[in-house]
Amino acid sequence: MSVTTDRPAPSAPAPLSQLPPGSGLRRFKNRTATVVLTGAMVLAMIPLFLIIFEVVNRGIGVVNLEFFTETEPPPRRDGGGYVAGFVGTLYIMALAILMSIPFGIATAVYVVEYGPNRLASSIRFFTDVMTGIPSIFVGLFVYGLLVIGWGGLGFGTFVGAVAIGVMMLPIVTRSAEEMLRLVPDEMRNASYGLGARKWQTIMRTVLPAAAPGLTTGSMLAIARGIGETAPLMLTAFGSGLIVTSFQGEPQGSVPLQLYRGAAQPFEAGIDRAWGAALCLFALVLLFTIAARWIGSRASIQK
Amino acid sequence: MPTEAPEAPQAPEERRRGTLTSGRGRLADPIFKWIVAGCGTLVLIILALMVIRTTSEAWPVFAKEGFFGFLLGDEWTSGGSRTEITGTYGAWPFIYGTLVTAAIAIVIALPLSIMVAVYLTHMAPPRLAKPLSYTVELLAAVPSVIFGLWGLHWFLPNVMRPFFDWLEGVLGWFFLFEGPVLGVGYLPAGIVLAIMILPIMTAIVREVIAVQPLDQQMAAYAMGSTRWEVITKVVLPASFSGIVAAAMLGLGRALGETIAVLMLIGGSQAWGASLFGTGSSMASHIAATFGEATPETRTALMAIGVALFLVTMIVNILARVIVWRLGQTKGDAAV
Amino acid sequence: MRNGRSKLAALAAIPLLAAACSNGGDETDDANTSAETLTGSLTGAGASFPDPLFQDWIYTYTNDVQPETSINYQSVGSGAGIEQFMEETVDFGSSEEFLDDDALQEASDSRGCEALQFPVTFGSVVIAMNNPELDGLVLDPEVLAGIYSREITTFDDPAIAELNPDMDLPSDEIVPVHRSDSSGTTAVFTHYLAHEVESWDEEFGEGKELDWPSGLVGGQQNDGVAQGITQNPGGLGYVNQSFAQESDMALAHVVNADGEPIEPTTESTVAASEEAEVPDNFQFHIDDIGGEGYPIAGTNWIFTYTCGYDQETADALVDFWTWALTDESAQEISGELGYAPLGDELTERVVAELERTNSENGAGEGGDSEGGAEDGAGSEDEGSEDADAENGDQ
Repeated sequence: MSVTTDRPAPSAPAPLSQLPPGSGLRRFKNRTATVVLTGAMVLAMIPLFLIIFEVVNRGIGVVNLEFFTETEPPPRRDGGGYVAGFVGTLYIMALAILMSIPFGIATAVYVVEYGPNRLASSIRFFTDVMTGIPSIFVGLFVYGLLVIGWGGLGFGTFVGAVAIGVMMLPIVTRSAEEMLRLVPDEMRNASYGLGARKWQTIMRTVLPAAAPGLTTGSMLAIARGIGETAPLMLTAFGSGLIVTSFQGEPQGSVPLQLYRGAAQPFEAGIDRAWGAALCLFALVLLFTIAARWIGSRASIQK
Repeated sequence: MPTEAPEAPQAPEERRRGTLTSGRGRLADPIFKWIVAGCGTLVLIILALMVIRTTSEAWPVFAKEGFFGFLLGDEWTSGGSRTEITGTYGAWPFIYGTLVTAAIAIVIALPLSIMVAVYLTHMAPPRLAKPLSYTVELLAAVPSVIFGLWGLHWFLPNVMRPFFDWLEGVLGWFFLFEGPVLGVGYLPAGIVLAIMILPIMTAIVREVIAVQPLDQQMAAYAMGSTRWEVITKVVLPASFSGIVAAAMLGLGRALGETIAVLMLIGGSQAWGASLFGTGSSMASHIAATFGEATPETRTALMAIGVALFLVTMIVNILARVIVWRLGQTKGDAAV
Repeated sequence: MRNGRSKLAALAAIPLLAAACSNGGDETDDANTSAETLTGSLTGAGASFPDPLFQDWIYTYTNDVQPETSINYQSVGSGAGIEQFMEETVDFGSSEEFLDDDALQEASDSRGCEALQFPVTFGSVVIAMNNPELDGLVLDPEVLAGIYSREITTFDDPAIAELNPDMDLPSDEIVPVHRSDSSGTTAVFTHYLAHEVESWDEEFGEGKELDWPSGLVGGQQNDGVAQGITQNPGGLGYVNQSFAQESDMALAHVVNADGEPIEPTTESTVAASEEAEVPDNFQFHIDDIGGEGYPIAGTNWIFTYTCGYDQETADALVDFWTWALTDESAQEISGELGYAPLGDELTERVVAELERTNSENGAGEGGDSEGGAEDGAGSEDEGSEDADAENGDQ
């Protein structure tokens, strides 16, 4: 194919291709490149470890039982915890999961099982596009639509969950779609052969077969949703107290409380923010790693 | 009735229509189809609502400033009115900040992601390749607010600040690196953004490289090429459009990133050429001032949101079109 | 320890309360025969400037004084505080600016009864610096405006040297740090500059966010400003006084209207608040502070309505603010955080005004616990007439 010799690789440390060829030089270039690329690999991994180290280092001293059971005192006072944030995150995430995962999987079912047609491909395309929408814009949208707009609902748990749900929906759909495509057609045909209707085939054969993959995708979406801050600033709005109301009262969340806590000039509040960062990080990593694990186990079985 | 199954899933359905005649549940299939189609349409409805709702919210500002007047005006003075638009709203400083930080991020992350992807596909010991790529992808799971916290409290004072001071000493004569070094600014925000978009770009480049046909590479090896020559002369040229798509998706991410940029860009409404200077990005300005904004300013922030949406949409759609044309539809949906 | 203090404080506050408080909401948590347990749940929203103080007050009140109550104060900024108050989505609003007569009228019209406003605290904005040797550096408004407009760029500038003849000034470049988010602290600081320095007013004006000149560092919230100051050798920034109480940063003394350089302390903020002339309608600015007063100061107002709360909410609302204004432990918290309490005479007037909250609601009336719009509309007739008669043209 196009073996263009005059285009230097973007990664070349020097315009090597202009140097005169020669066996020794070529081997030297090869070795240098290996070293440089290995260096790049290491460089790319450093930030993760730096972040883990710093978050654990600053956060570990704060996290104890109290951190999960008590509300936060004013920033300058020691003790207390982020229970309000944890409850809020749990509440918002539960609603967001209820909203996004069934819809996301149903969308994927439509695209895979009833496509390709014009509607299915436009859904697919716009789902792709939707993954790239800035989170702050999703916040603005939900704010404009529900908080002040046609709904006029004010800040609260529900509108926060809608924002997170909208963030999660395309992630769920895209991964579910890929998982459904991996289900071999033989299984579908076997089901049809046994006299099952299409909906029965989908519900009893296709979805169960894809279940581990769907779980992986959903968990990755959840991991993403838990850490979202920007859309919640405009929708759930934040609260330092435990809020149980469905809608109408500002609701808190861990990332939001962490962001606000870190912005206060008081040492105790900042320490707690690092503790929250540790919890949040642990939670997100847990979901991500578990999701990958389930995913890889499923693919091995296949 | 089993015949050899053609791939298209609807084919068996048609066949069944003739065979299954039991009346009970005959409606179940169409109902099911309508339900899932309805769910699918939801995506389109949400997107349409997004465009309509935010644009109509932002309309008074566009009406007053004009669309291009809003984009290119560099004065942002918020008014205090609750009912009409009295301030002056020009979003250029924020658009500039967004473009500059995203550009810095791409300039750093693109070469690095290509190198990492090449390493993972062609050089890493097979046993290590998978764990290594997971580790890089884990970086994508770190919430933005943690990047901000870490960036501001650890990375900036301990790593970036000394580096900037050195850079300013060496390249201070060049307008991009003109001092003073203030700590926060475009450059640190861009560098942290680069770290944040590295995983998604690496993932895409890696997949693009991984699916390059082996025969050409084997042919090149057979002709005595070194591994480096195979990579630079066979693999990378063939992956070019995939790499472009990765860059665009990374760009889309960088443009819309909020919290980490907010904490590091040193939010001001000024703009200037020096990368050490402080400014604001569109997303960070929205997040910074939304909380205390007057109703009219919220309208203007909504207008920034619409502009941001447009820019990211264009970038994303271009990227998706490139990816689609490549047929690389197996991109990791989660990143 | 804290309990004991609050008991003592409550005892001290009883005479005042007995005179002022009609609903019998007493703040002793125990050991008082007339103690009444309040159960109201309040939501408030508004200014960020007094937020550290409000959070501390709320924490102490809901933990030590009336554990059955809950108060949720959202620091959303003055503008949003006013907005949410007008839209009746909160029980009380707060702002760094008072409502003018038009806004009060608008609020009254939509609620159907009079809207009240009263100041509850004063606070200062202080100038903090990185270099500890510069503690006590004297600055005046012109120099501050010069620094923030980048006309004065080094600490040994003649204008600064003139104010500090005895100080050995370094030639460091000044790195001015400002709040990048929209904030009441910026509003107080820039209002001061705009009021004192004409050229600043013309070029930059005042507001919660500003089109700052380039070359400045913006920090996100108080912590961002603190990082901006500590990470630059020549860092200089304005922060809420509560922050200065907490950290050991060098603080500048600012020259007030009488030409005195004043150190920012709680006392000098109190002195500043006493300089202010407060009219009957509580609409005032604290500008041109002289005497012993620290000049960069702001006030915070609370807004409530005279009708439309249910009894529980109203009791808690009145009791909480009465406690915050009169109780000694509340005043102590205020002092620790660098906010100044109101003077005695002013406190009495404010409590009297506060007492009128929900006064036009018939006893036992009012169902909506959040003070919703429907409820306000329900009691509209009796409310608005009374409001006009009583307080029409204050």
